[in-house]
Amino acid sequence: MKIGVLALQGAFIEHEAVLKRLGVDAVEVRLPADLDGVDGVIIPGGESTTMGKLAVQYQLIEPLRELAHAGKPLWGTCAGLIFMAKDVGRDQPLLGLMDVTVQRNAFGRQVDSFEANLNIQGVDGDRLFHAIFIRAPLIEAVGAGVEVLARVEKDDAEVIVAARQGNLLVTSFHPELSNDDRFHRYFLKMAESKT
Amino acid sequence: MQKDVGSVVVKRGLAQMLKGGVIMDVVTPEHAKIAEDAGACAVMALERVPADIRVTGGVARMSDPELILKIIDAVSIPVMAKCRIGHFVEAQVLESLGVDFIDESEVLTPADEAHHINKHDFKVPFVCGCRNLGEALRRIGEGAAMIRTKGEAGTGDVGEAVRHARSVLGEIRRLQTMAPEELMAYAKEIGAPYELVVETKELGRLPVVNFAAGGIATPADAALMMQLGVDGNFVGSGIFKSGDPARRAKAIVEATTHYRDANIIAEVSKNLGEPMVGRTVESMPQAERIAGRGW
Repeated sequence: MKIGVLALQGAFIEHEAVLKRLGVDAVEVRLPADLDGVDGVIIPGGESTTMGKLAVQYQLIEPLRELAHAGKPLWGTCAGLIFMAKDVGRDQPLLGLMDVTVQRNAFGRQVDSFEANLNIQGVDGDRLFHAIFIRAPLIEAVGAGVEVLARVEKDDAEVIVAARQGNLLVTSFHPELSNDDRFHRYFLKMAESKT
Repeated sequence: MQKDVGSVVVKRGLAQMLKGGVIMDVVTPEHAKIAEDAGACAVMALERVPADIRVTGGVARMSDPELILKIIDAVSIPVMAKCRIGHFVEAQVLESLGVDFIDESEVLTPADEAHHINKHDFKVPFVCGCRNLGEALRRIGEGAAMIRTKGEAGTGDVGEAVRHARSVLGEIRRLQTMAPEELMAYAKEIGAPYELVVETKELGRLPVVNFAAGGIATPADAALMMQLGVDGNFVGSGIFKSGDPARRAKAIVEATTHYRDANIIAEVSKNLGEPMVGRTVESMPQAERIAGRGW
């Protein structure tokens, strides 16, 4: 199993470290040729505008879309969720794969960044998942084919922070920063079922 | 549902999200937009870039809150701002404005000749400069969530940033070879908290993100710092004191991402126009050098 981690900017090394602990080959993706032979791709946290511009400049948008259309799993965390979404309410380069509407920096500025324990649909075990939200986006609306995996409280309402649409997975928090690899194992199962 | 804000994890976590990126000094909302459009992962909101602080002289302080707020409104990326070393009230003001990161910076005139801010008191994360491992670990001990080299800001001379990065990273490499019983003596020698010396040895790197800063002016400078082993770059005067800031900013972003790819660094370095004129650190009298500020 070989997983590509988009390494244009952001916390890609943290994802690689978890994958390596799980015995999976992780390759850094900066150019289209780096995608050769990958079984799935993780798009890490970072700044979505930075990643989007570099992805356009180095012709990564179409190859990533083709991988997704070929059924290979893609997982976006935080900025990766923004990058995979169809609509983020402003003009910036996007893959536009996931049928979700995203609000950027939805919980406030950095002083409002937080940690919380979430109940996550479909992730192994009864334990709550300790989720780390950093200037995090949220999912305002989902299309018909999208399954909601987790929600968090915001202003007395519950908002969507993890979702899946077939081979596409998104989380607005950072499982790569938690000492809990259940989300990575969940993603690797998606990749195994495709190989 | 319990939500924990301002924890060490979320403070250090934002720095982790900035890695592999370029943080640019900006003095107007228009500069901030140019920086964001060029692919900056964050901006540093300032009244004057370090090269101008040197020219103006006098006491350099925190920027006008109105300017910082305008820059916050202009961009979607994180906004940082500087306070003086030890000036915890300037830091309280910056936190209340909603800046995403505070740089307790030697570029401004220090407000305390012996003490830095107790950064554990704040929900907002701090970045601090350092010249060596002891200084880096003292700042982390005080609560810094991110470290940068000091370099010699406002010169366009990358030599000091290289010196400081080599010092920190070389000392970490030497630490790897030490026996456990040598660590306390080493902690004493470099003036660093023992627990952080042990943690750094175990990790083989600083416990927080470590950027380069001070004198970076070209795409090759940015890639040099990355190959030396830093996590990302601050570029201050080097962009907006050059002939074509938008183009140079974009080139430095691309060189930071593709830092091992000489073909790409060559390509983005073409026709960038005039770099900032710069000033060699060697030619400067000691009194004009600012990297020595910090305790």
